[in-house]
Amino acid sequence: MRVTRDLDAAEECVQDAYAAALTTWGERGVPANTGAWLTTVARRRALDLLRREALWRRNAPLLVEDEAVASPSDPAEIPDDRLRLICTCCHPALSTDAQVALTLRLLCGLGTNEVARAFLVSESTMAARLTRAKKKIASAGIAYRVPSAAELPDRVDAVLSVLHLLFTAGHTAPSGADLVRRDLVERALQLARMLRTLVPENADVAGLLALILLTDARRASRTDASGGLVLLAEQDRSQWDRAEIAEGVGLVREALRRRPPGRFALQAAIAAVHAEAPNWHATDWSEVVALYDVLLQVWPSPVVALNRAVAVGFARGPEAGLAALAPLAAEPQLAAYAYLASARAQFLQQLGRDEEARLAFTEAIVLTENDVEREFLTRKLEALQP
Amino acid sequence: MSQYLILIYDDEQAWAEAKPSDTGKMMEGHQAFQAKHQSAIVGGNALEPTATATTVRPNSDTVTDGPFAETKEALGGYYLIEAADLDAAIAIAKDVPVFTGGLEVRPIMVFN
Repeated sequence: MRVTRDLDAAEECVQDAYAAALTTWGERGVPANTGAWLTTVARRRALDLLRREALWRRNAPLLVEDEAVASPSDPAEIPDDRLRLICTCCHPALSTDAQVALTLRLLCGLGTNEVARAFLVSESTMAARLTRAKKKIASAGIAYRVPSAAELPDRVDAVLSVLHLLFTAGHTAPSGADLVRRDLVERALQLARMLRTLVPENADVAGLLALILLTDARRASRTDASGGLVLLAEQDRSQWDRAEIAEGVGLVREALRRRPPGRFALQAAIAAVHAEAPNWHATDWSEVVALYDVLLQVWPSPVVALNRAVAVGFARGPEAGLAALAPLAAEPQLAAYAYLASARAQFLQQLGRDEEARLAFTEAIVLTENDVEREFLTRKLEALQP
Repeated sequence: MSQYLILIYDDEQAWAEAKPSDTGKMMEGHQAFQAKHQSAIVGGNALEPTATATTVRPNSDTVTDGPFAETKEALGGYYLIEAADLDAAIAIAKDVPVFTGGLEVRPIMVFN
């Protein structure tokens, strides 16, 4: 990327490299080191562009430091280029939306129209957002370089937040007609794999990759034939992706070796407990609760507390679950959170307190913005009608 | 190298009510900052409180008492620094002592 001295030109080169990849790989198969291949192609394309248009003369911002053009065949240079790019895209001086948009555009090679679709905004809105972000990178002097060893952990954290956001937005679409946005999940997985090759020693990266794999492994069983939501308890576990689970479990083991374990490693460990249980009833709920206890210490959040309370309900019965949920009702962050109401509703239903369960389901239906979830809750409510 | 303006925003009320030991610590903090970043600092000043400010709007030819915008945390001083990039500027800004508020780092516009 340093070669082009211009983010817009860099963007075109990445696009071209992806297009070339699709053609060439279709003909000759996927090369062993796909990342290096893409970077090499993008770099060659950049050199072509430079020769042809002398683009950098037009506006040479301080995106790049002056240095000799590295040989495209130098393999040591290649991971650095992408680390440099992703750390620039996910710089904390950019808004979170801008970080995600730039990452999709420049790292994944998505067209502006596709990025716009990912954000559910119009193409012109997204084009303006990308232009603003690039302008800020240039005029504020956000450096186009690999962060120093001292900065790297913080910057990788920022990248991980973006990837996690991308994945969760894909796994359960916050709004809209589909439960899963497959495209976003694929992108998050692809980027997490890339980051793993760039900073292989980072336990948080291993943890997030594991979390994505273990959660995504259940994708085939999460919706029924008509697109309706199927809860973990009722999912057909024979449909789970065993290869993804095996890879994820291996990564969890590695990530948990760091003390204290990171937030993603712990979330992945919880997903691994589910992945390895033959069925819902055989799930080691005490282990799940124990992992949530540790997670609450390293990542205190009302949502984690809510998940822990639900696990308590499965480990020790609905009465204990309701008791664990009770203090969370006062949590302002959960006030508009549909899962709190739906968890309460299901425990109440198990206890035969149908009247209260109906109220809680109704509350959850009002709060959720996902159509598939709303339909699921409505079915539960209807089943409860006296 | 680029130039950045570090704008220091702090709660004037809290500052006015601060103990002398706290204000003293703040002064020492600024001296330490200036010594540490001597080579990067191009200029800098503390400002009198916003109660002393006068707002002038030339287009409507009005002159009014008070700051341009009333905010809880008001501009109280600045440093003009030189830094290689935004990360370097942020690293320097993190050394600026603040009382309860924070800092805004703004790149200086370059005209070609």
